[in-house]
Amino acid sequence: MTEVVTKQSAEEAALDERQTRPKNIGAKVKRTEDPRLLTGRGTYVDDRRTPDALHVAFRRSDHSHARILSIDVTAARAVPGVVAILTAKDLTEATPVHAESRMPSYYATPIRALASDKVRFVGEPVVAVVAESRYLAEDACELVEIAYDPLPVVTDPEAAVASDAALLHEEAGTNVLVQREFKRGEFETEMFAAPVRVKGRFRFHRKTPAAMENRCYLAEYDTGRDELTLHSSTQVPGIIRNALSEALGMPGHRLRVVAPDVGGGFGGKASLYPEELLVAFAARRLGRSVKWTSDRMEDLTATSHGFDEIIDAEMGLDHDGRVMALIADVIGDVGAYSIYPWTCALEPVQVVSFLPGPYRIQNYRGAVRAVATSKAPTGPYRGVGRPISTFVTERLLDMAARRIGVDAREIRLKNFIQDHEFPYRIGSGIVWDRSSFTDCLLAACKAVDYEALRRRQAEARSAGRWLGIGIASYAELTGIGSRISVAPGMPLNTGTETAKIRIDTTGGVTAAFGVASHGQGLETTLAQVVADKLGVRVEDVRIIQGDSNAVPNATGTYASRSTVLAGGAATLAARIVRGKAFKAAAHLLEASPDELVAEDGRIYVPNTNKTTTYKEVARAVYLEMGRLPPEVRGELEATSTYDPVLGTTTSSTHIAVLEVDPDTYTVRLEKFVVAEDCGKLINPLIVDGQVHGGVAQGIGAALYEEVVYDQQGQILTASLVDYVVPAAAEIPPMHVVHMETSSPAIGGYRGMGEGGTIGAPAAVANAIADALAPLDIEINELPVTPERLFRLIEAAKSRTGDEK
Amino acid sequence: MIAHKTIRMTVNGTTYERSVEPRLLLSDFLRHEFGLTGTHVGCEHGICGACTIVVNGDSVRSCLMLAVQADGAAVETVEGLGTLQKLNPVQAAFQDQHALQCGFCTPGMLMTITDLIKKYPLASDAEIREGLSGNLCRCTGYEHIVKAVRALVRQPGSAP
Repeated sequence: MTEVVTKQSAEEAALDERQTRPKNIGAKVKRTEDPRLLTGRGTYVDDRRTPDALHVAFRRSDHSHARILSIDVTAARAVPGVVAILTAKDLTEATPVHAESRMPSYYATPIRALASDKVRFVGEPVVAVVAESRYLAEDACELVEIAYDPLPVVTDPEAAVASDAALLHEEAGTNVLVQREFKRGEFETEMFAAPVRVKGRFRFHRKTPAAMENRCYLAEYDTGRDELTLHSSTQVPGIIRNALSEALGMPGHRLRVVAPDVGGGFGGKASLYPEELLVAFAARRLGRSVKWTSDRMEDLTATSHGFDEIIDAEMGLDHDGRVMALIADVIGDVGAYSIYPWTCALEPVQVVSFLPGPYRIQNYRGAVRAVATSKAPTGPYRGVGRPISTFVTERLLDMAARRIGVDAREIRLKNFIQDHEFPYRIGSGIVWDRSSFTDCLLAACKAVDYEALRRRQAEARSAGRWLGIGIASYAELTGIGSRISVAPGMPLNTGTETAKIRIDTTGGVTAAFGVASHGQGLETTLAQVVADKLGVRVEDVRIIQGDSNAVPNATGTYASRSTVLAGGAATLAARIVRGKAFKAAAHLLEASPDELVAEDGRIYVPNTNKTTTYKEVARAVYLEMGRLPPEVRGELEATSTYDPVLGTTTSSTHIAVLEVDPDTYTVRLEKFVVAEDCGKLINPLIVDGQVHGGVAQGIGAALYEEVVYDQQGQILTASLVDYVVPAAAEIPPMHVVHMETSSPAIGGYRGMGEGGTIGAPAAVANAIADALAPLDIEINELPVTPERLFRLIEAAKSRTGDEK
Repeated sequence: MIAHKTIRMTVNGTTYERSVEPRLLLSDFLRHEFGLTGTHVGCEHGICGACTIVVNGDSVRSCLMLAVQADGAAVETVEGLGTLQKLNPVQAAFQDQHALQCGFCTPGMLMTITDLIKKYPLASDAEIREGLSGNLCRCTGYEHIVKAVRALVRQPGSAP
């Protein structure tokens, strides 16, 4: 089959129902990945033993913005064990890579393996030392001498916008790498007419994904064939293969990118990195395998950061609390480069795309500027833009609710898009399909016993305690198809996914996909889908993923896409393979294919003794001469490509319950409840795990995590002592409630990998503001550290003192 | 290069003698010399806990120890727990409760818990969370890890 499939008919879905006895989709199937990972037998890139591999250490910029005057490698070159030292001058034949976009006024910064001419952030790779071991490479790295001419630092994104600001990329003529505006309705007149107006300046500080496995790249090179395999801790093997092809001028069939076991990504491993280019280039140049293993300081300084926006927003409402207009101006600090392939537009533009959220807000203006600064580039980080848009909109709603005197729950119920209004186009142009907006809020309130909680809060307040309850509702677009770019204006299709399913001569089932699991358990969930649709056992299915060779366009796992797209593709391909096997089986059983049912690897006619197995059928098709006629002896194989076109809407409400300590100003989370609608669940254990992990990252974003640069552009959070990732003691017990509204996608799935991080920061911020409502404190800046809280509370106390 | 030093170490029950550079980290020694790559290196500054192993009966960060400091020691790594075919109770609890996702922090978690359940009653979730607080996990939000430990301590005779 050559066409891309965008939907299935009711008859096709009914055929699956009739011909199989599904027992895995929806079941808490134990993960097939686990035994190897639990016994230390996983293979992360750094675990791969490649004989005679060379090791790279990078000498990185210690300047925020400076011209490189000279590089002296004489002393470093003399260190025993050093094989080569590379600078930008050695890489002139490598083509710079650009993250393209269709957006007007966009400037694509060139991405090179090593800085040439200028450095633009502390941590940018300048010199690569290649040696026989990592220890020796690092020894030699210390001896490299680089002379710099410091240039004005560009650390404040608001100052960087000014016409006289120092330019990071002179060729761009500005530090504003892209700007965008969404407008809909009479936002100005409605705002002016609104009897209730709330506004604020919101600040969501920079974060970093901090996956537990640092990035690691190993290029294995076959000199005779000029073939290169990059083993990469990446989420996007096919995308990296494409970039390497461009940079090295090599065709894709001699390039392969493999992502084996990957120790978390969260978006941080979803982009191309200079180190990937360098390792691949060096392997080919030196004719040897070359490896680089990042340390944690390199990870915190040079893996893409996330978020980092300043939002000036105002919401106008009527006396009943119905939103009349929303206006926002956003500045996104995107760092020094526009990251490949997503561009620097991804994160900040997504903020204005999603600000109207799950609400009926037809009068909307959202404007955004993505501003280059001399800091590490930002890239996708779990939630992308939506943790910020949700933080702003949910805060404004709570501020308005308090002003009007309605409850936080009621104001949301008044403004939600209602079930009869779907599909609904929000002010930024995003279209929501039907999802449980209202039901999620009600379910979350029920799960925490909201009324009882409010009564408890009243008691606590009268005892002088600061107990807070915070609600945050949101909707997100997941499983995005080909109609919409995952990143705004990105001319790269990420809206299709391919499944290649084949049954070999032994009856073994192999299913290959373009996704790249890095903790999500896709080897299990996709095996559950294939097993149910073919009618075999989960353990009979081997999933191939994380490999640019698995399917022609193996873009990977990002943007909450994998279950929706790969699950749909698996359903389509499995149906075709089952059909082929049934035709052969019908011959063997002297039955009609329509009578057959497949279950646990058996194929049989119900209520008869006519039974065979996939194994037997495979043997008959491939190995046994003359047993079957030629027309049913075609390979038991199918390739299907699925495109959900628009994608699916996932919705959720988060509720945080917490208390602020009046002595230390620390926030103690008591519990956290999530009610979410990700459509049909494939594996409830895995879905819960994804939600928990996302919420923990959202709590980190709300209370602990912040990448800090000083005014000289030096990064102050270059260790895990300074960048605080929450541990078990900081995370409260969590409870997840599922709504299962079927989605328009094949299988009824919705994506849910990122949602936890989207709702949690807003819920925590609202809960803190709620706890401190007696002091009339608003929480507009995250993370809420004890120091920030101390300042807010002190200011509020002196304010009330003044009034008295 | 500084002179090598000869050390003896018992790793998962087998005693080895090796000549090592004094600056070699214990984590690198285990990974590179014996191919025991289950011990993961997450930060190399003693915060994340991914490299946790058990040395002479106590859980330690193998990235904060030099191999020469473990001269004469008995070292246990994740490879010394159960096998692929037969997980030990801690590993089995992790699989049952879905207490791992990417698996990178998992060996360190397992070794920490192996030590914890021998030494502490872990009677409350707060104690379990406190016990786990030296090991970072970025995937699970700890909920299922806490659940796995709770299941282990409530199951009599489950200690390996």
